[in-house]
Amino acid sequence: MPEYQKFEHDVLVIGAGGAGLRAAIEASAAGVTVGLVCKSLLGKAHTVMAEGGIAAALGTVNSADNWKVHFADTMRGGQYLNVWRMAEIHAKEAPTCVRELEAWGAVFDRTPEGDILQRNFGGHRYPRLAHVGDRTGLEMIRTLQDHGVHQGIDVHMECTILSLLKDADRVVGAFGYDRQRGRFLLFHARAVVLATGGVGRAYKITSNSWEYTGDGHALAYNAGADLMDMEFVQFHPTGMIWPPSVAGILVTEGVRGEGGVLRNSKGRRFMFDDIPEAYRHQTADNEEEGWKYCQGDKQARRPPELLTRDHVARCIVREIKEGRGGPHGGVFLDISWIKEKIPNAPDHIKKKLPSMYHQFKQLADVDITTTPMEVGPTMHYIMGGIRVHPETQMSTVPGLFAAGECGCGLHGANRLGGNSLSDLLVFGKRAGKFAAAFAKEHPAGSINTDQVDSIARRALEPFERGTRSTDTQGPYQIQHELQAKMQELVGIVRTEPEMLMALEEIGKFQKRAREVAVHGNREYNSGWHTALDLPNLLTVSEAITRSARERRESRGGHFREDYPNKDKAFGEFNVIVRRGPAAEMKVVRESIPPLPAELKQIIEEQQK
Amino acid sequence: MASATFSIWRGTAEQGKFFNYTTEISEGMVVLDAVHKIQAEQANDMAVRWNCKAGKCGSCSAEINGMPRLMCMTRLNQLPLERPVTIEPMKSFPLIKDLVTDVSWNFRVKKQIKQFKPRPPDVPDGSWRMQQEDVDRVQEFRKCIECFLCQDVCHVLREHHKHEEFIGPRFFVYVAALEMHPLDMENRVEELAKAKGIGYCNITKCCTKVCPESITITDNAIIPLKERVVDEFYDPIKRLFRRLRR
Repeated sequence: MPEYQKFEHDVLVIGAGGAGLRAAIEASAAGVTVGLVCKSLLGKAHTVMAEGGIAAALGTVNSADNWKVHFADTMRGGQYLNVWRMAEIHAKEAPTCVRELEAWGAVFDRTPEGDILQRNFGGHRYPRLAHVGDRTGLEMIRTLQDHGVHQGIDVHMECTILSLLKDADRVVGAFGYDRQRGRFLLFHARAVVLATGGVGRAYKITSNSWEYTGDGHALAYNAGADLMDMEFVQFHPTGMIWPPSVAGILVTEGVRGEGGVLRNSKGRRFMFDDIPEAYRHQTADNEEEGWKYCQGDKQARRPPELLTRDHVARCIVREIKEGRGGPHGGVFLDISWIKEKIPNAPDHIKKKLPSMYHQFKQLADVDITTTPMEVGPTMHYIMGGIRVHPETQMSTVPGLFAAGECGCGLHGANRLGGNSLSDLLVFGKRAGKFAAAFAKEHPAGSINTDQVDSIARRALEPFERGTRSTDTQGPYQIQHELQAKMQELVGIVRTEPEMLMALEEIGKFQKRAREVAVHGNREYNSGWHTALDLPNLLTVSEAITRSARERRESRGGHFREDYPNKDKAFGEFNVIVRRGPAAEMKVVRESIPPLPAELKQIIEEQQK
Repeated sequence: MASATFSIWRGTAEQGKFFNYTTEISEGMVVLDAVHKIQAEQANDMAVRWNCKAGKCGSCSAEINGMPRLMCMTRLNQLPLERPVTIEPMKSFPLIKDLVTDVSWNFRVKKQIKQFKPRPPDVPDGSWRMQQEDVDRVQEFRKCIECFLCQDVCHVLREHHKHEEFIGPRFFVYVAALEMHPLDMENRVEELAKAKGIGYCNITKCCTKVCPESITITDNAIIPLKERVVDEFYDPIKRLFRRLRR
């Protein structure tokens, strides 16, 4: 019987990025004991990579902004598949959450009046992103971390959860291992919050790090929870593409917010060529007006580079496919051109986009103050995730909560830039609050030790196979092949035959993953860790593919070449996947509840 | 395709040695890419800590040809490749395995520093007003990605192991960010003088040199803090006042 160490917490938070930290802080403030599990070291989660800012209708730069406009922008960006109650709560509560960060020590850039400065971003009608240069995510996670460590939270660094534990219908804990020593850990908890982030490692070109293997998605799915909107994957339009080793690393939308423009190899600003009808009246029709908008002219309309990410990514793909790409297969993002408009442009760029300057200079030998950057789409975010109650963030399994990227509902078919950081704060806080309340109302459940033993034994099997034979499946190879297949077959542009092929391939990978073998011992063994992450990656890959087949239309982040148009009938429901009785993946449609009259009115008013 | 040899330290605190791995390299590769390639193809169980691969999270700190650096930001074309590139773990922290060290001491140290304590809000809605030039100074310190390379290179920790008496450059930067925060009302000068060991720093500026975020640690953080300590604790008139107050 494998040994394990046991921990007791009222609330266990799995994941220590923005959402997890915020949930842990809130739960702790409610007077319950909290354990926080981080897959990496504390403060290294992917939130750190967020660059542009936190969307919140503070109205410090343009007083016309308010929650209603933010709500309408979010719904329009999500093509109305959003859980409208979440979009409403988010727009209303984001400003308070940003102010809270300031009270905990965050230092945002300032307006001339000394208030929090806000910048323009794609899909947001007014300057709305509170930011710190282009390292807002670092500021946010560090603020939460530095505040959080004084709140009596027990932090478990470098631990990975293998499975949730259930007592009848309810989640009562989790079982995992510590990466450093490879020892098993059992967490007994009254409520569990999942805040594990995304699934980027299912794709070859991604801005996500090794951690993002869909752990929370798969843990919830395996525990019987619903996943929703999994077909909606966001490819950020601007990732680095050269040199090959940096392909996928993010180039912030802030570059475009500060006046950066996209050009093809012919020098044409191709974003003017295709402006969707829904955005036409709010989009500049000439370059001068676009520039004025970036300079804060309230009468000017925004440049087409700041259309939503799904649209910009598709325009870039079109330019590349039609032979107007650059030498490395991307298009050009140019911020250096602003020297024609303002004095001291290089200094201005370095001040506004310091980490972009640094990143290109060091990794690509490109000085962005003089030279355009070559960029292309990179898998960045998944809109889909664990289906939650909009007020409490509880999943369809009692005692199991979810927040942040692994949750679902706010973003619909496409997420607006900046809405992720505010999502983490607003719904992380709510998840923490309601998980604490659940923990207070429910006694500790009982742990099924047979279940625990079987999880532990399964986790050790790759070692047994490794000692038996040297000619077995290596974990890295399976992961790399899966990434290539998902990129090729279920990427930005999808078709039915390709997705059927993907399902067949995933089936083969599942079989190979069951035969995966690792060598060495349990201490910090990256091969073993990769092997244990594989089933999660395969579960989310299957969920993405099955959901994408179900949606026979194109909408937001989901584009099908065989159904290139939006179909009204498909706007009436969300696609749900859940585990069937024979462990098969079931796909069902769930009708979207009708929008209340007052919210409908807000949307109509904002369309004018 | 060209190839290069990497001499990577493998083992635990008890025993270990350098192993040579030769692998193919391509344009633009960084040291971390080479380590990943070796890990995937030749040494599946090699321990290496990393995350963002873009110099933003500060996870992949190591010593490359003897210099403390981020593996993800060190390009191979900046290194002489005619001889093996040595990659070793940081030296100021206990080794766990291969390139991974136990940096938990840093997290314990931070917890002991008095937390941010803002002045009452400036505006009835509960918010504050600050000028950009006042926040600029603090923002430099808040760029820190906690890679702990400054802690690694600091001889007070590395050679003299004063971990119990000295918090190291990282946390002087942290204290400086708090002390110079326009809203903060806490006073950390006394603990700096007594418990945090700032006197051990003899301004060799090694920390500033290795900082991947180019924070001017010594000049902008440590020296001003030392001045505050001197002003408050060693100024003869203030000392007299303090004695009278007791």
